[in-house]
Amino acid sequence: MKKLMIGNQAIAEGLHDGGLGVVSSYPGTPSTEITEFLSKFYDIHSEWAPNEKVACEVAFGASLAGARAACAMKHVGLNVAADPLFTLSYTGVNGGLVICVADDPAMHSSQNEQDSRHYAMASKVPMLEPADSMEAYAFAKSAFELSEKYDTPVLLRMCTRIAHSQSIVETGEKVPATLKNYEKNPAKYIMTPANAIKKHPLVEERTLALQELAENCEYNKVEMNSDEIGIITSGCSYQYVKEVMGDSASILKIGMPYPLPVKLIKEFASKVKTLYVIEELDPFIENHVKALGVDCIGKEKFSILGEFSQNTIAKAFGKELPESVSADSVIPNRPPMMCAGCPHRGLYYTLAKNKITALGDIGCYTLGAAPPLNALDSTLCMGASVSGLHGFNIARGKDAEKKSVAVIGDSTFMHSGMTGLVNVAYNATNSTVIIVDNSITGMTGHQQNPTTGYNIKGDPAAKVDLEALCKALGINRVRVVDPYDLKACNDAVKEELAAEEPSVIISRRPCVLLKSVKHEAPLNVDTDKCKSCKRCMTLGCPAISMKDGKAKIDTTLCVGCGVCKQLCAFDAIV
Amino acid sequence: MKTVSVMIVGVGGQGSLLASKLLGRLLVDEGYDVKVSEVHGMSQRGGSVVTYVRFGDKVYSPIITDGEADIIISFEKLEAGRYASYLKKGGKIVVNTQEIDPMPVIIGAAEYPENILDELTEKGVSVDALDALSLAEQAGSSKAVNIVLMGKASKYFDIPYEKWIAAIENTVAPKFVEMNKKAFDLGYRS
Repeated sequence: MKKLMIGNQAIAEGLHDGGLGVVSSYPGTPSTEITEFLSKFYDIHSEWAPNEKVACEVAFGASLAGARAACAMKHVGLNVAADPLFTLSYTGVNGGLVICVADDPAMHSSQNEQDSRHYAMASKVPMLEPADSMEAYAFAKSAFELSEKYDTPVLLRMCTRIAHSQSIVETGEKVPATLKNYEKNPAKYIMTPANAIKKHPLVEERTLALQELAENCEYNKVEMNSDEIGIITSGCSYQYVKEVMGDSASILKIGMPYPLPVKLIKEFASKVKTLYVIEELDPFIENHVKALGVDCIGKEKFSILGEFSQNTIAKAFGKELPESVSADSVIPNRPPMMCAGCPHRGLYYTLAKNKITALGDIGCYTLGAAPPLNALDSTLCMGASVSGLHGFNIARGKDAEKKSVAVIGDSTFMHSGMTGLVNVAYNATNSTVIIVDNSITGMTGHQQNPTTGYNIKGDPAAKVDLEALCKALGINRVRVVDPYDLKACNDAVKEELAAEEPSVIISRRPCVLLKSVKHEAPLNVDTDKCKSCKRCMTLGCPAISMKDGKAKIDTTLCVGCGVCKQLCAFDAIV
Repeated sequence: MKTVSVMIVGVGGQGSLLASKLLGRLLVDEGYDVKVSEVHGMSQRGGSVVTYVRFGDKVYSPIITDGEADIIISFEKLEAGRYASYLKKGGKIVVNTQEIDPMPVIIGAAEYPENILDELTEKGVSVDALDALSLAEQAGSSKAVNIVLMGKASKYFDIPYEKWIAAIENTVAPKFVEMNKKAFDLGYRS
C-alpha cells in the first residue's frame, strides 16, 4: 500500500519488516520518531534507555543473543554511544545490528553541526544514507542482511530533511523475526588485547570486501545523462540536484557513504568533463575523490555550513532564480520560548533576580537563556551542567560556590548528570545542583524516562526516586521545591547556596503541556490597579504583554499558574 | 504537471502539523507524488514554524525556497510577512488576521509591524485575509484555527469539498470531528 510517511516512520517500518526483534534508544531530534513508531508494534521489544550508550549496548546484547536489533539517536547521541560502536566493529554481530543516527544540518534543534559520516570511517563500520522515505524503508530493511553477511554493525544515517520529510512509501513483505543460535565464542566477543589483535586485520579485510560491494550495489547508482557535467551526491542533496539539473547532468548517487567505491568513481569521473561533489556538511566524499587523484569541484562552491536547497544548486550553476517580493516592514524574530505556565519559569526568575551564574544543560529549559530572563551562562552537552559547575567552582573558589548553580532536567540527569553529581560529592565542591523535574522528557516531544514511572508504551514501570538517588550518590542536602512558589524557590536557592556542603534542589512540577496536568482558570489584569511597572513582564511569559500602557493577559494562553500574580505589588492580577 | 508548492506557516502550537497531514493525505489520494516537510523539536516551542507541501507528477526537493510558493497559508499575520519572499510572482497568501506577539515585541525590543498585508497587496500579492480565530471560536474551539484556514484555502486546490470533509473524518479524533467539520465549513464559506 502506498502511504505518506516521514523518513523516521519509514525507517521504523523498514526495521520492523526486516525482522527486528529489539530496539533500545534515547530520544533526540531529529531521530525520536523512529523509536516512537517502533513502540507501536507489539511483536517487538521497544524501550527508552537512559542514554545512547546504554541503548547501543542493549542492542549489542540482543544481537549477541541472536536477535536482529537496533538503536536510534541524534548525531550528538552517537558521541555518547561511540565507545561500544568502535569495539562492536571488532566483535561483529550475531543477529543483524543497525545503529540509526540522525544529523541536523542547520541545527534546527541541536548544539552543533557534526557530520556522522566520520564515525563510519573512524570505526570502520559501513554506513547507508537514504535520500527519501522509500529508500529509508528499503535501506533499513536490507541493513540487517548486510550486517549479518559482513559480520558488522551497520550505521544508517539520516539528516533532518529526510527524517522529517514525508514522501510516498510502498512497503513490502515482512521478514519473520527469528532468534539465531547463541554459542559462547570468546575469540569473537571478548575483546581483550590478545583477541582484539587478531580481530583488527579481519576488520580491515571486511572494509575491503565492503568496498568491493560498493563498486556494484543497490545503494550506489549512476544516471548517465551528460558528458559535460558529472555530479557525485547523496542524501537530500541528490533531491536538490535533480530538482534543478533534471536530466542535464550525469549523477553518481551515493547511498553508501562508507566505504566509498574507487573504480566506480574513477570510471564516472572519466566519462564527464567537469566533476562536482555536492554534499551537505563536511567534504567527506570530496576528500575521498581527491585522495584517488580525481579532480573535482566541491566545498569551494558548496558550503560546509548548514543545509542546501534547490536554490543553492541553481545559484552555483548560474541558473536564473525566480523573482520574489518582500514586505517593507522589519519583521521581528519569533524565537522559541518557554510556554505560558512552564514550571521552569519561576525557577529561572529566581536565578536571574539573584544574579546567579547558572551552567545549563540540554532540554526545553535551555530556553531560559533567552531574553528577558537571560538566566543561563553555558550549554554544552548532556550532563555538562553538573560536571562543569564542579570545575567552575574549583577554578574560582569559595565565592563562586555561593553564587553558581547547575540546572539540569530529570531525563538529562538520568542520561549523564548522575556521574557528574558523584564527582561533586567525591571530589568535594560545595556545588548546588538544581534538577528541574517536569516529569517527562520535554523538548523531544514528551517521552517517558526512568523518573516518570512509565515505560515507552505508557505502562507502569519502576520509578527512580530522585531524592533517594541523590543521597545515595553522596549528597546529604536534598530538598524539593515547587517552582510556582516564588518565595519557596528564593529561600531554597539562597539557603542551599549558603550551605557549607554540596546540595541538590529538585524543582518539581509536571510539564504544563502534559495531558494529565489540569489548568487553572486564566488570570486577568485589573487595569485600574495596574501601575504599568512592567514587573510581570520580567518573567518573559508569552501570555503577558503591554497593551495601551497596561499589562494584558492573553486568556487563550494563560493556564493560571499564578507566578505573575506573586510578583505584582499592586494586586492587579486577579 | 509542474510541481505545485504550498507553505503552511504559523506559530508553534497552532496546529500546522494536522493541517499538513490533512492536505498531504488528500493529495496522495488524488494520485499525485507528494512531499511534506516540517521541522520538529526546538522550533515548536512558540517559535515560527513552517511546513512545505509539494505535489505533482514527480517531486524531488522536499523544501521550498524564495520565489517558488504558489500558495502560502499563514496562521498568523506577522508570519505572512516573514515568509512572503517565498511566494512566486502571482502567488496567493491566505492569512489569518490574528496577531500573536513574539517575545521581542512582548518585551518591547521590537514592534509588531502595522501594515504588512497592505504592503504585500501593494506589491501585487493576492492576499486573502480572514479572522480565523473568531470563526474557530464560532465552531466551538479557538484551536480549530488550522481547519478554518484549510477551509478558506481549499478553493485554491482542485479537490472537491466532500473529499476534504471525508479527510477530516479520517484524520481527526472522533470527538472533535463535528467541530472541525463546522470549522472547515465556516472557512470555506467565508
